Amino acid sequence: MIRSEVLKSLVPVISDQLVVCNIGLPSQELHLLDDQPSNFYMLGTMGLASSIGLGLALVQPQKVIAIDGDGSVLTNFGTLPTIANNVADNFILLIIDNGSYGSTGDQPTYAGKKTSLAAVATACGCERVVECQAEDAAATVQAALDAAQMTIIVCKCESGNIKVPVIDKDPVVIRERFMDEVRKRNA
Amino acid sequence: MSVNEQIVADLVSNEVSFVTTVPCKQLAGVIAGIEASSDIFHIPSNKEDEGMGLCAGAWMGGKRAAIIMQNTAIGVTINTLATLIQYYHIPLPMLISYRGELGEPVACQVEMAVHTKALLAQMNIPTYHFHHPDDVHELDAILKYCYMCKKPVAILTDASFWKGAV
Repeated sequence: MIRSEVLKSLVPVISDQLVVCNIGLPSQELHLLDDQPSNFYMLGTMGLASSIGLGLALVQPQKVIAIDGDGSVLTNFGTLPTIANNVADNFILLIIDNGSYGSTGDQPTYAGKKTSLAAVATACGCERVVECQAEDAAATVQAALDAAQMTIIVCKCESGNIKVPVIDKDPVVIRERFMDEVRKRNA
Repeated sequence: MSVNEQIVADLVSNEVSFVTTVPCKQLAGVIAGIEASSDIFHIPSNKEDEGMGLCAGAWMGGKRAAIIMQNTAIGVTINTLATLIQYYHIPLPMLISYRGELGEPVACQVEMAVHTKALLAQMNIPTYHFHHPDDVHELDAILKYCYMCKKPVAILTDASFWKGAV
C-alpha cells in the first residue's frame, strides 16, 4: 500500500476527528478523499503538523490526529521530545512512513534506511509508540482513539504517489472553517 | 514592578495563556516568571519554528499564544512566519531578546543584530524596539494590536531595556 491508499483506509476512522494534515501530497490526498471542516490542511511550512497538532490538543479536550510523514518528522525532530514531555492524552501523531520524500520525487529519507522513528520516539520519552504496517493503519488509529492515551503511530508503507490536484482553498478559509469546527465541538 | 513582572502581568491581563520559549540569558527572568505563573501554560520549544507551530495550534484551539525567543531566531523562522503565521492570518506576539546591541559582550551576536530589523521590515512585521525599562508600558497596547490585526508582531528588547529586569 502507498500513502494515498493508507489515507483512504483511514477515512472512516478519522473523518469525524480533528485532523492536522502535513504539507504537500498528504493534504492534497486527504482533501480529495474526504474534505471536512475538521481537517486543517498545511499548505506550506514543512515539519510543523505535529507541533500544531500538539498545541491544539493541549488547549482543548477534543481528540486531535496529526498526520505527518517521515521526512517531515526528520525535519522537525525537536518535536518528539516536546511531545513526550508535554503529554496530551487527546493527541495522536500518525507518522505515515514511506521512507521517502514523496511530494518532491520520492528521494529516500533516513527513516527508510537505518533510522527507526519508533525507536527515536521511544528514546525521546514517548510512552505509547506503536509501529504498524499499512494494512493495519485504520485498526491501529482506532485503537489509539479508544485508548485515550497519547499515541505515536509509525505506519510503514510503500513509497509512491497518485496524481492529485493542489488545494486551491484560501488558507484563511481553511483556518476559519477549522476553528469554527473546533469551537462548535467545544461549545 | 520589575519589567519581568510587568511583562507577565500584561500577558495575563491580555489572556495570553500559552507561551512557548527558547531561552536567552536576557530572558531568564521573564521565562522564570512565566513558568511560575498559574495563568500561563509554559511549553519550552527546541527550536523557534517548532514553537510557532505550537502557538498556531493553541490559537486555533481558542487560546491566545505568544513566543519568547532571541533575535537569532528570525533567521530560523522566516519560512514559518511567511507560510504559516502570515499566510493563515495568525496573531503571534514575539517577545525577542535583541542581542548584539549596545552592551553586548559577544561579537558574533552582532552579526545577526545587524540583519534583524531589515529582515523584520522585509517581512512587513510590525516591530517595536524596547530600549529603556519604561518602554515596557507599551506592551499592553502592542498585545491588543497584535490580536486585533492577527499578525506576527515583534518586540525587540535590548540589553539597556533589560537593565530594568531586577
